[in-house]
Amino acid sequence: MKWVFALMSVFALGNAFSQEGIKPIRGAVPIPETNPSDTYRMERHDRVLRRSHKWQPPIIPHNIKGYQITKNVNTCMTCHSRKAAKESGATPVGKSHYLDREGKEHPNISTRRYFCLQCHAPQFDAEPLVDNTFKP
Amino acid sequence: MKAWIKHVGLWSIAGLFTAGILFWGAFNWAFEVTNTEQFCVSCHEMQVNVFSEYRHTGHYTNRSGARATCPDCHVPREWGPKIVRKIQASNELWHKLVGSVDTPEKFQAKRLQLAESEWRRMKANDSQECRNCHKYDYMDFAEQSRRAVRTHSRAFDEGKTCIDCHKGVAHQLPPIEQEIGAPKAAAAR
Repeated sequence: MKWVFALMSVFALGNAFSQEGIKPIRGAVPIPETNPSDTYRMERHDRVLRRSHKWQPPIIPHNIKGYQITKNVNTCMTCHSRKAAKESGATPVGKSHYLDREGKEHPNISTRRYFCLQCHAPQFDAEPLVDNTFKP
Repeated sequence: MKAWIKHVGLWSIAGLFTAGILFWGAFNWAFEVTNTEQFCVSCHEMQVNVFSEYRHTGHYTNRSGARATCPDCHVPREWGPKIVRKIQASNELWHKLVGSVDTPEKFQAKRLQLAESEWRRMKANDSQECRNCHKYDYMDFAEQSRRAVRTHSRAFDEGKTCIDCHKGVAHQLPPIEQEIGAPKAAAAR
């Protein structure tokens, strides 16, 4: 497996040098290696920000450091599941999350919605990495 | 000088006294050696499973560098409860011997049972090991988020204890039923 990655990175690097027009955000760092991440502290806003367009998944208005989303447990659901939300006062999971891909409604949340962070991002006051021309 | 002292002899009494001090010192020293993270992690069961996952959490590494070690949370500080816990822990030596959790797979299979027994222990002593450092009376609500203030004041009014909500702050959680997808076979709650 390792040599496949190594080979892939060699090709990737070769490509990057031959096509000078393309500048990936990750820079010249080969794919098997990781960029050093920015050290930042997650905001503790505690205020719900308004959505910027209609279908935007709401952003997470609180710190989620150490929250587990594993095979065993999804700690977001400790407060945000329909049942827990009644007690916790958190925003309950949206109706759409109970639909499977055929549009059939289930009593439990659909497994395709398991990974919350796939759509919902924690809010952070950051400059956009690239210009955005999206208009809702 | 009293008669019985003369009878036993001053030197014998002094000798016994010194032996007592030495014995107590040695006992306490050995006892405390078993109460260190280094000792816990010397078993690969602890090293591979609970310790490696613990290293990603806030009680291991954080902004200020203050941290908790295994016994800070898992062994009571008071002498009586500590002895009781240590005697109960001799059962763990037996399980080390028969290898009840000597692979990560075996550990995962037992995680629910192990977690529930520790939750039960902490609930029974009102999360004393949490409160050794996190004292409710000294919490400054002005420094907490609105959500934390609301939840903390309500929970304490209801007589809840730390572990009722703060499960999995230092380790991975066992399966918990949360109404996502098909119901889980063996799960907490």
